[in-house]
Amino acid sequence: MLKLLERTHVRAESLAVLLVLVVVMAILSPVTGSGVRVFLTANNFFNIILASATFGILAIGATFVISSAGIDLSLGSVLGLASVTGAALVVTLELPWYFAIIGSLGAGAAAGAVNGFIITRGHVPAFIVTLGMLGIARGLALIISSGRGIYGLPEEILFLGQARPFGVPTPVFIMLFVALASHYVLAHTPFGHHTLALGDNENSARATGINIRRQRMLLYTISGLMAGIAGLIFTARVNTGDPTAGLNYELLAITAAIIGGTNLFGGRGSILGTMIGALIMGVLQNGLNLMAVQAYYQQMAIGAVLIAAVWLDQIRTRGRSLQ
Amino acid sequence: MSLLELSGVEKSFGAVQVLHGVDLSVDAGEVIGLVGDNGAGKSTLMKTITGVYTTDKGRITFNGEDVTSRTPGERRSSGIEMIYQDLALAPQQDVANNIFLGREPTKRFLGVLPGFVDKSRIDLEAQEMVDRLGVHVPSIDIPVGMLSGGQQQTIAIARALTFKPKLVIMDEPTAALAVREVESVLNLIRQMRDEGITTILISHRLNDVFEACGRIVVLRRGNVIADLKRDETDMAEVVSYIVGAHG
Repeated sequence: MLKLLERTHVRAESLAVLLVLVVVMAILSPVTGSGVRVFLTANNFFNIILASATFGILAIGATFVISSAGIDLSLGSVLGLASVTGAALVVTLELPWYFAIIGSLGAGAAAGAVNGFIITRGHVPAFIVTLGMLGIARGLALIISSGRGIYGLPEEILFLGQARPFGVPTPVFIMLFVALASHYVLAHTPFGHHTLALGDNENSARATGINIRRQRMLLYTISGLMAGIAGLIFTARVNTGDPTAGLNYELLAITAAIIGGTNLFGGRGSILGTMIGALIMGVLQNGLNLMAVQAYYQQMAIGAVLIAAVWLDQIRTRGRSLQ
Repeated sequence: MSLLELSGVEKSFGAVQVLHGVDLSVDAGEVIGLVGDNGAGKSTLMKTITGVYTTDKGRITFNGEDVTSRTPGERRSSGIEMIYQDLALAPQQDVANNIFLGREPTKRFLGVLPGFVDKSRIDLEAQEMVDRLGVHVPSIDIPVGMLSGGQQQTIAIARALTFKPKLVIMDEPTAALAVREVESVLNLIRQMRDEGITTILISHRLNDVFEACGRIVVLRRGNVIADLKRDETDMAEVVSYIVGAHG
């Protein structure tokens, strides 16, 4: 078991935190009429995964860029842009249903490609470029939708958010597929090896002939694409292209990636770890909801978790370098 | 026939001329020490050989071919490797992955999905390389950052050797090492010589140069001012050339 964790770069601590959190939330959870703890019902289990699916996919995008020593602060805004772009094409322009998919994924990837282009060609720090894109994408989403939600998507799109084939919500299948494909790319392809090497030591990557500019360009495009997929799921779940969708989700996504074991300074990253991180965030939110804790406090809790996770990581790495 | 031949190589950065027509000839299998004061042009000269810098004037031939206008990538594939002083290793990646970084062998996953890094082959071949060089590392599965400076230096050398180079240029390989580790790096250079690999060693540590190199070239203000056989010179003479007290 430990060997497996090591091979997949999943931290035993992340798994332990998840288990402890589940136990604590189960104990604190209210009890239904028939004496079952609400937190432990199958329905609630799907609620958690369903809620985690949207920012879990965003967190995958965050994992790619952060493990290359980059950052993408525009994830949440690009999700919103993707959501309204897809919906506008199908609802407002009355194009066939699949344009919602093309529009959402295309808008996400395009925003990511613009980030990557300016970072690599203009040598502007990723922090600044994606912070700027956070504003630009959100503004663009509000302009496209005139600030209102775009309602009424076709059956085919709603299937992606609301159906339950084999009793499991579709977004869960989508997230699993995206996670497995991303794990394959990051952990087992040359592209993934080069991503980690780039995040570890840029000189090292350059000296071994890796095309750094192309690598970065692709990483930010992938990150944007993930925001596009998450935006599509969001649209399908609520039957709306929502310009405010994904507000503050970059906080959730980055936190999930970091507590999943991705090194904030690059060089280490695990998609499976990020999935555990996303579940931790999902359980935390869900448990606090069941305990009827106000959303305002939840924001604080998530922010505190992010700081604590990086703090603990700093203590760990410092301890190691002193050895 | 010489492996590397430089004739009349000149290089300027703006108004500052760093290399004033350098001539140098290196035979296959030689180990040459390149010494000189700071600013003498050692690193610039080496970078014109690897192609990182283009020459303003002069000609560089390698293995019988004119490589003067070739790119760094083309020169590397014709057999020129350089190990930089900062080693350019990725500290959090394991030893085996570092050795194969940038040219990971791949296979099909479950016979279907392409582009799957063949980790077992990387581990196997990295282990063979490490064993062949007689390098002592605790394990090829641990992050390179956990190794000592000397072990990291040998991993950087191992990585360079997997490219099957004809010429290896090393920039200050012993500068930051403990005495015992210096010895193992120098042994490695001798072993490379025995395998027919030519080495140019840039170093400030004359002890190491005298121990490892058969020939010592002194660079001063962008000129080769001395080209000495180790057995026909001594440290005092080399130092006098370096500081310009000789002629």
